[in-house]
Amino acid sequence: MMTLTFEDFPPGHFGTFGPRHVTREEILAFAAEFDPQPMHLDEEAASRSMLKGLSGSGWHLCSIMMRMMVDGFVGRAASLGSPGVNEVRWLAPLRPGDDLMLDVDVTEARVSRSRPETGIVTFKSVVRNAAGQALCEMVSPIMLGRRAAGQAG
Amino acid sequence: MRFFEDIEVGQRRELGSFTFTADGIKKFAAQFDPQRFHLDEEAGRRSLFGGLAASGWHVGSVCMKLLVADGQRQAAEAAARGEKLAALGPSPGFRELRWIKPVLAGDTISFASEVEQLRTSEKRPEWGILQARNTGTNQRGELVFSLLATAFVARRNAGA
Repeated sequence: MMTLTFEDFPPGHFGTFGPRHVTREEILAFAAEFDPQPMHLDEEAASRSMLKGLSGSGWHLCSIMMRMMVDGFVGRAASLGSPGVNEVRWLAPLRPGDDLMLDVDVTEARVSRSRPETGIVTFKSVVRNAAGQALCEMVSPIMLGRRAAGQAG
Repeated sequence: MRFFEDIEVGQRRELGSFTFTADGIKKFAAQFDPQRFHLDEEAGRRSLFGGLAASGWHVGSVCMKLLVADGQRQAAEAAARGEKLAALGPSPGFRELRWIKPVLAGDTISFASEVEQLRTSEKRPEWGILQARNTGTNQRGELVFSLLATAFVARRNAGA
C-alpha cells in the first residue's frame, strides 16, 4: 500500500473511522493505572458524581482516539510525530459498552518553514457514541513527510 | 483536594516524578499509539526523536496519574487534620498541550502544576473553575511537556 504523505491531506473532510467498542474492563484498567478517581473506578461513587455514572478517563478517551487515528490512517502515513495538541474538549462522558466512531477533518495543511521536506497537517477529530452524541473534540497537528520531488502521484 | 476558596493564582505544587522504561513505553504504545518510533529502539533512533520515545498520550496520562496521587495525598493530610475534603470535579478539557522534547526510554520526568486562573461558574454555583499549567521536566532540567488544564473544584459553601 502506498504511504500517505503531506499531499494526501488537503483541507476538508478526511474520513470516518470505527466502530471501536469500549469495555467496562478496559475503562477500569486504564483508570486504575492512570486516573484512579472514584468517578472512573467505582460505580456507587460515580453515580453520585457530576457525570452520574461510571465514565472513562478523558485521557483514556484521547488515547483511544489516537489508536483510531493510527489504525485509520496515521499508521500508513509518513508520520514524524506531533508537536502537541491545540485543544481538547471533553463534552460528554465515555460509558462502558460505547461503540465509538471518529470523524476526522483536515483544518489546515502547510509546509514547515524550518523543515521544508515536511508538512504540518492540523486535524479536527470528533469522537461520537452510537447515539451520535459527541464525546470529545480534539484539534491537533501531525508532522508528515512530503512526497519526494519527481515521484509519481 | 483543597476547596476553591483556598486556592490562589500562582500556587505551585510539585507532583513527583516518573521514570519511563522501555517496556512501559512499548506497552502503552502497543495499546494506544502503535507507531514504530514508540515500539522499537532502532526505529526510534532513526526518527526525529533520536531514540525509543514515549507516546505523548503516555506522558499526559502519567501527568494525570501524578495529579490524582497528589490530590489523594492532600485529601489524606486534610483528613488527618480533621478537615472536610473538597471533591475534584471532572474536567471540561485542556488547551496548549506541548510535547516540547521527546521523552526517551530511561528518562525521569518531574511534574508540577501551577494555578494560572480561577473563576466561578454561573451555571454551576457549587463549583469553581480552575486553570493550571501542568509541566514535565526531565532529569537534565529540560522542559519536555506543558499543558493548560481546566477542572471543576468544589466551593466551600456549596449548598450552604
